Amino acid sequence: MTSHDEPEPQHGAAGEHLPEHRSDGALTPADDPFADPGLPPHEHRRQDIDERAAKRSERTVALLFTVSILATIGFIASYVAIPIDRIVYIWPFGHVSGLNFSLGLTLGLALFCIGAGAVHWARTLMSDVETPDERHPIEATPEVRAHVFAEFRKGAAESQIGRRKLVRNTMLGAVAVVPLAGVVLLRDLGPLPHDKLRHTKWKAGSLIINESTMQPLRPEDITVGSLTQAMPEGMSPHDEDFHVEIAKAAVMLVRLQPDDIKDAKSAEWGHEGILCYSKICTHIGCPATLYEQQTHHALCPCHQSTFDLSDGARVLFGPAGHALPQLRITVNDDGFLEARGDFDEPPGPSFWERG
Amino acid sequence: MSTATDAPKPAEAPRRGSKAPAGERVADWADGRLGIYGLAKANMRKIFPDHWSFLLGEICLYSFIIIILTGVYLTLFFVPSMAEVEYHGSFKPMQGIMMTEAYASALDINFDVRGGLLVRQIHHWAALIFVVGLFCHMFRVFFTGAFRKPREINWLFGFLLLVLAIFTGLTGYSLPDDGLSGIGIRFMEGAILAVPIVGTYLQMFIFGGEFPGHDIIPRFFVAHVLLLPGIMLGLVVAHLILVFYHKHTQFAGPGRTNTNVVGMPLLPVYIAKAGGFFFLVFGVIAAIAATVTINPIWVMGPYRPDQVSTDAQPDWYLGFSEGLVRMMPGLEWVIPGGYTLNFGLLVPLAVFPGLLVVIGAYPFFESWGNRDPREHHIADRPRNAPTRTAFGMAWLTAFGVTMLAGGNDVWAINFNLSINAITWFCRIGFFVLPPIAFIITRRICLGLQRRDREKVLHGRETGVIKRLPHGEFIEVHEPLPQETLHTLTAHDQLTPYEIGPETDENGVRRKVGPLERARARVSRGYYGEHGQIPKPSREEYKEITSGHEHH
Amino acid sequence: MKKLSARRRHPLAALVVLLLALAATGGLYAAFAPAGEAQADNSAQSLAIEEGRQLYDVGCSSCHGSNGQGGSDGPSLVGVGAASVDFQVATGRMPLQQPGPQAPAKPAVYTQAEIDQLAAFIASLGPGPAVPDPDVYDPAQGDVARGGELFRSNCSQCHNFTGEGGALTHGKEAPNLYNVEPRHIYEAMLTGPQNMPSFPDTTLTEQDKRDIIAWLDEVNTSDSAQPGGFALGGYGPVGEGLFAWTIGIGALIAVAVWIGARSTKARKS
Repeated sequence: MTSHDEPEPQHGAAGEHLPEHRSDGALTPADDPFADPGLPPHEHRRQDIDERAAKRSERTVALLFTVSILATIGFIASYVAIPIDRIVYIWPFGHVSGLNFSLGLTLGLALFCIGAGAVHWARTLMSDVETPDERHPIEATPEVRAHVFAEFRKGAAESQIGRRKLVRNTMLGAVAVVPLAGVVLLRDLGPLPHDKLRHTKWKAGSLIINESTMQPLRPEDITVGSLTQAMPEGMSPHDEDFHVEIAKAAVMLVRLQPDDIKDAKSAEWGHEGILCYSKICTHIGCPATLYEQQTHHALCPCHQSTFDLSDGARVLFGPAGHALPQLRITVNDDGFLEARGDFDEPPGPSFWERG
Repeated sequence: MSTATDAPKPAEAPRRGSKAPAGERVADWADGRLGIYGLAKANMRKIFPDHWSFLLGEICLYSFIIIILTGVYLTLFFVPSMAEVEYHGSFKPMQGIMMTEAYASALDINFDVRGGLLVRQIHHWAALIFVVGLFCHMFRVFFTGAFRKPREINWLFGFLLLVLAIFTGLTGYSLPDDGLSGIGIRFMEGAILAVPIVGTYLQMFIFGGEFPGHDIIPRFFVAHVLLLPGIMLGLVVAHLILVFYHKHTQFAGPGRTNTNVVGMPLLPVYIAKAGGFFFLVFGVIAAIAATVTINPIWVMGPYRPDQVSTDAQPDWYLGFSEGLVRMMPGLEWVIPGGYTLNFGLLVPLAVFPGLLVVIGAYPFFESWGNRDPREHHIADRPRNAPTRTAFGMAWLTAFGVTMLAGGNDVWAINFNLSINAITWFCRIGFFVLPPIAFIITRRICLGLQRRDREKVLHGRETGVIKRLPHGEFIEVHEPLPQETLHTLTAHDQLTPYEIGPETDENGVRRKVGPLERARARVSRGYYGEHGQIPKPSREEYKEITSGHEHH
Repeated sequence: MKKLSARRRHPLAALVVLLLALAATGGLYAAFAPAGEAQADNSAQSLAIEEGRQLYDVGCSSCHGSNGQGGSDGPSLVGVGAASVDFQVATGRMPLQQPGPQAPAKPAVYTQAEIDQLAAFIASLGPGPAVPDPDVYDPAQGDVARGGELFRSNCSQCHNFTGEGGALTHGKEAPNLYNVEPRHIYEAMLTGPQNMPSFPDTTLTEQDKRDIIAWLDEVNTSDSAQPGGFALGGYGPVGEGLFAWTIGIGALIAVAVWIGARSTKARKS
């Protein structure tokens, strides 16, 4: 083993806390009990000295490659033979797609055997003599460093960039300003917010449509302990902007025993114990509709914000920052529930201008 | 037109004759245009050390390649459009349901394209395993100190790859527009809205209007298939070039020094091993995709903003951000002027990049503290860098707590616990557990260092009890072989960096800034008497071994 | 013994000791863990009374009051109807074994005949939903696709997309609907047991409920197709992440260990 002294730390005083580098190999074990004894001699494998063992390895590798060929043929056969909708029961996986199962396993086998063959070949037949490769310091020699700096200064001087400040400054200015063109082009990515987040489809007199039956709701439809998902009238899943509107306007209706309602304003905004809340969580906007009818808690499944629907939907737990907005409702002359107006605050997640 | 035979043969290259084998002629042709022989000379027999943990990076590389291959296939069938259609494909339980073309085409990939389900599952499993591999690789590099000079830039490349992988995964998760996808996009919308001042503008620009609009999936598609993977590919290439240039680190051992690398040559052994490993990784992932469902979008239904499912989580690599959000107590301020600050999102959104940056910037902190300008090519054993190892474990503990919080509903239902209790445990644990992990890890490392020291000085305890002639019982200690003695003492031990005297030789007060004092304190923490156990010196060893002979 | 002490210092000795200790702890836990189920069965067998009233007096009145009027330990049963009794008792939720966040499903304590008698008694206390006819909840007569949509609107928020169940606040949970009898699913929707909200026919019609049952029959029974393979419990990304971190990366690391290991030397073989 040749010894290689590390380059001395260049930072003079800063190197005092560094350990002395070991002079590997320079000392004999008698001087230095911890000296590097050097690479141990190479030990032969069975395959290196016993041709029969090597033959066995060769056959194993060839077998693996052959299995891979067969697996690929199996893959093609499965593709042709197995219908895409065939469901088969395979323990312990369950009722799985026969095509997916056989395509995946044959492909997996075909690939795995190529890899296993190559690695077995490398491990048993290719030379396993470990050899050292010298490293060279990455830092350039002082001469190269000096040369580079000299050349750079020469080039910089020839460009006259240091001398002709006007050229330099206008160039920097031009390069700094030109990206603005790209920024301007981004303007039409979307509209300005204006008050879009503040208004929903709800308006005074909107009937409240049961999402399941698509029929307007009457007070007597909603029993104590039930939960009803609803939306304003005049919306259909076939509408162009259905998702945009339902993302703000979706509500849930619950009915509480009037005595259970702790918040007087909330009771007044409801109708005979029927309360209509925005179901869009005020945290990030998941529907917070995990309603527990005995505790009157509504939980959001995304981050566990919990709202007390009997107390104005105030936040009991979780990261939401304010209560679910409540929709004021009443009954119209035909006996249907209707909204008394839009939400008086923006539903859904908070935003800077929300106030 | 002149022929090759007419041309005078260059005297200095007699081998380049037309009689050379075809392979050589092709190589000559390429060399004349690309200069490949110069590259081949330097790299063909390049040495790579053998260790299983050095293959973790390869797992990432290969799963990345698998993701690209399968991803290209998926783009042949996927329609990145949010136009609403009524489904009439082969999957019975969705007949007649309104959905976006994106979701409908994703269903078609599963049920109408033969092998499409397999390719989709390989793509998704490879993506999960890719990021798992990135984590494992990153922490192998971290705990062995392989990020030290000259590899800091490559550490940063790797770190950037991790961050980009997370965002590529997020955009991919959102593309099929199934129920879970949409919840993920909704989360992003809420997060963007929470940004002070510009939040609503950003939201409108990114979504092309109000949530969800019709633009977000085509836009995410471009980011997912072109922009992000394009950048990642460039970084992967740069990362690999630097690995070749720096040559691989190796563990200490006989014949393995800081100025060499011991192992086997690229041609043939590592071509076979690394090339073979690609097929092995692909094979294993294909077998997983054949047998284990991932993201069964067909039962989740199309996304509707008014529908949701419990167990709504992002893929695991965003579990920590999910956990941070779930742990955060609700806090919202309306500041004067009528502006809202939603800390329920802002705090986790600030801690999320913070956690990543802490680990990404660590190498610079360590080298700032130890002022060690040398190159390091010998990988540390984690025990020999107790403070670093303890820091890594503390970080992983914090990460683990956030992951726990991110799955709180799933743990709650599977272990009959209360989500509220789990959340409270995580809220407290996030602050309490990492310091505990730090202290315990450091003590374990120091204990292991002590044991190494004992082993070097006193040899291995054989468990054989010998009775001496005068009746004393002793346990026979077997001296360690030279190789082990060298390996156990090969690590560097720095001494703490001292600021030096307050005054110089002329009695003039030196100016020592607070940063410099902090630096010395950090150095003391790492290399002071509580930071490491002095390794045995030659003199100690000689004294003890000579003592043994007198026994 | 000599052999054992010689191996005491073996590098793997600590691992062996650890495994033994773990096995011992597990065994001790199994031995001392409470076994409550068996006692419930015994008490069930002791209750061989035919008439609903008598059954009620013995099994239910201590919490629900002598005439079903309710008390501090149990709600009033006046007007809950036969469907409610059938659901609660046939799924084993009632009688309650021990107080907890909610009554879990367990093997039924009463026979169906006894349950019918109990239901008849409770139904006599006040009008309430009756046990539905088999036609009403027959999954074969439901529309799977529409049921899926209704399920995602009304049910999946608590029970998960495919009815695997989910957590609620403070240890309560929406149970897994795997292989639950269509009749019980129907009764649960109709009556809203415990913290589950009810879905009366006025908001979710008979046909709607039947469609929902058809969806669950399609996706969450032991015969449901899982085209992609083993479903990992159906809990979504958490299960998938755990799989990737254990078996996924584990298999790849095992392969890496094989590639990186020294090949066998002739001397050793």
